[in-house]
Amino acid sequence: MSDEVEIRGVRDMPAMAMSLGLMTYNKTGSWRNMTPVLDPEKCNGCMLCWKFCPDVCVSADDPPVIDYDYCKGCGVCANECPVDAIEMIEGATPPSGRAEAPEPAATP
Amino acid sequence: MAEKKEKKKKLTVPEEELMYSGHLACQGCGATIAMRYALKALGPKTSFAIPACCWSVIDGPFPYTSLGIPIFHTAFETAAVMASGLKAGFDIMGKTDVTSVAWGGDGGTTDIGIQALSGAAERNDDILYICYDNEAYMNTGVQRSSQTPWGAWTTTTPARHFKKLPKKNMVDIMAAHGIPYIATSAMAFPEDIVKKVSKAKDIKGCKYVQILASCPPGWKMVPEKSIEVIRLAVNTRIWPMLEIEEGVYNITRKPRKEIPVADYLKLQGRFRHLTEDQVNEIQEIVNFNWQRLRWLEESTQEMKEKYGRATLSVPAG
Ligand SMILES: Cc1ncc(C[n+]2csc(CCOP(=O)(O)OP(=O)(O)O)c2C)c(N)n1
Ligand code: SF4
Ligand code: SF4
Ligand code: SF4
Ligand SMILES: [Mg+2]
Repeated sequence: MSDEVEIRGVRDMPAMAMSLGLMTYNKTGSWRNMTPVLDPEKCNGCMLCWKFCPDVCVSADDPPVIDYDYCKGCGVCANECPVDAIEMIEGATPPSGRAEAPEPAATP
Repeated sequence: MAEKKEKKKKLTVPEEELMYSGHLACQGCGATIAMRYALKALGPKTSFAIPACCWSVIDGPFPYTSLGIPIFHTAFETAAVMASGLKAGFDIMGKTDVTSVAWGGDGGTTDIGIQALSGAAERNDDILYICYDNEAYMNTGVQRSSQTPWGAWTTTTPARHFKKLPKKNMVDIMAAHGIPYIATSAMAFPEDIVKKVSKAKDIKGCKYVQILASCPPGWKMVPEKSIEVIRLAVNTRIWPMLEIEEGVYNITRKPRKEIPVADYLKLQGRFRHLTEDQVNEIQEIVNFNWQRLRWLEESTQEMKEKYGRATLSVPAG
């Protein structure tokens, strides 16, 4: 399935109501007013942040990488992290240098 | 850094995702975690029937979806019968390996959709019904449901007239149908969801799983405590983790420490109006329910040993 779907008129519609694309086009990172910042040096690789992110935007890498295109800033990852390796900072912009913004997610 | 990357990942649940980013749930929505782990257990050969509920919105507007499996959006009261119909259709097409799932909220499942669900259970149709329970009608702005617990605020049970009825015992209602598998789970326990949903998937007949899922706006709480609050629901025993197989009850998680239910209640604004006496009343409900379950567990297991069965189970339809 593609990321963006263009429907200009009735002709572009399928014969029945079915999904043509994924919501990954919807960059929910713009909802954020708090930003999680992960410190790879503190991280022990327990993967709890990956496990409990409601927006599936923490990668299963060790250490995990947060996808700021989609992170809504709920703070669950910071609350669950057992070693306080994730700090919630004011605002939507991740500070460069500490955590880099990854490439936009590829369409699954 | 390089050697850190090579460290083995501690994943206790399957890595493959069938729920994707970009969905429309609120920050910290518990229903999304429930879905994420149910899908990890079910795999791609699954079809969903979803009635009107938050999840019919979370998934995204036409023509988009956030899930890697087909969904049939159905009317509020018809999820179970739609899942039965889809299953019959798959069977006729020879696609007997598809799991037909109905996925509904507590309102759609235990109130308005209960007739369709009871019908499917009575026929023992080969479907899996999963109810994500956020204890109110959240999608329409927090109205009370039969799963809203005693003491809770909702917009239709405002603080001065909070709900003074206990949560309807849906698990026992389903058990009365004699279906092969019933379970409760909670979204702060992904391994438990994966285990129970995988088990239900492999059983023929009608299966019912109810997963407690937090809702930060509806429970009037901060989103970051979304997981913590559900962990407390289980550890304070207000939400017992159960399995009922062929009528035999089994409490799958018995917290060793006794934690007061007040610890669970105080995280949530929907219980803020309660007096100390009222909190004690909730503690009594919790204690009674737990005793009753321990008794049911003992007696149904004894019955199974003595008579070979604990319910009049029906053949799978
Ligand atoms: C017959 C009918 N009545 C009312 C509605 C409006 N409605 C849509 S979703 C909803 C609430 C669903 O509550 P629940 O099943 O608990 O799911 P939740 O929104 O909490 O996830 C209601 C009342 C409807 N769609 N159809
Ligand atoms: S703040 Fe919330 S959405 Fe963002 S990465 Fe953490 S858990 Fe995911
Ligand atoms: S929860 Fe904390 S310690 Fe665990 S993987 Fe995430 S950042 Fe690392
Ligand atoms: S209202 Fe509650 S259940 Fe619905 S999307 Fe928001 S957090 Fe989830
Ligand atoms: Mg609900």
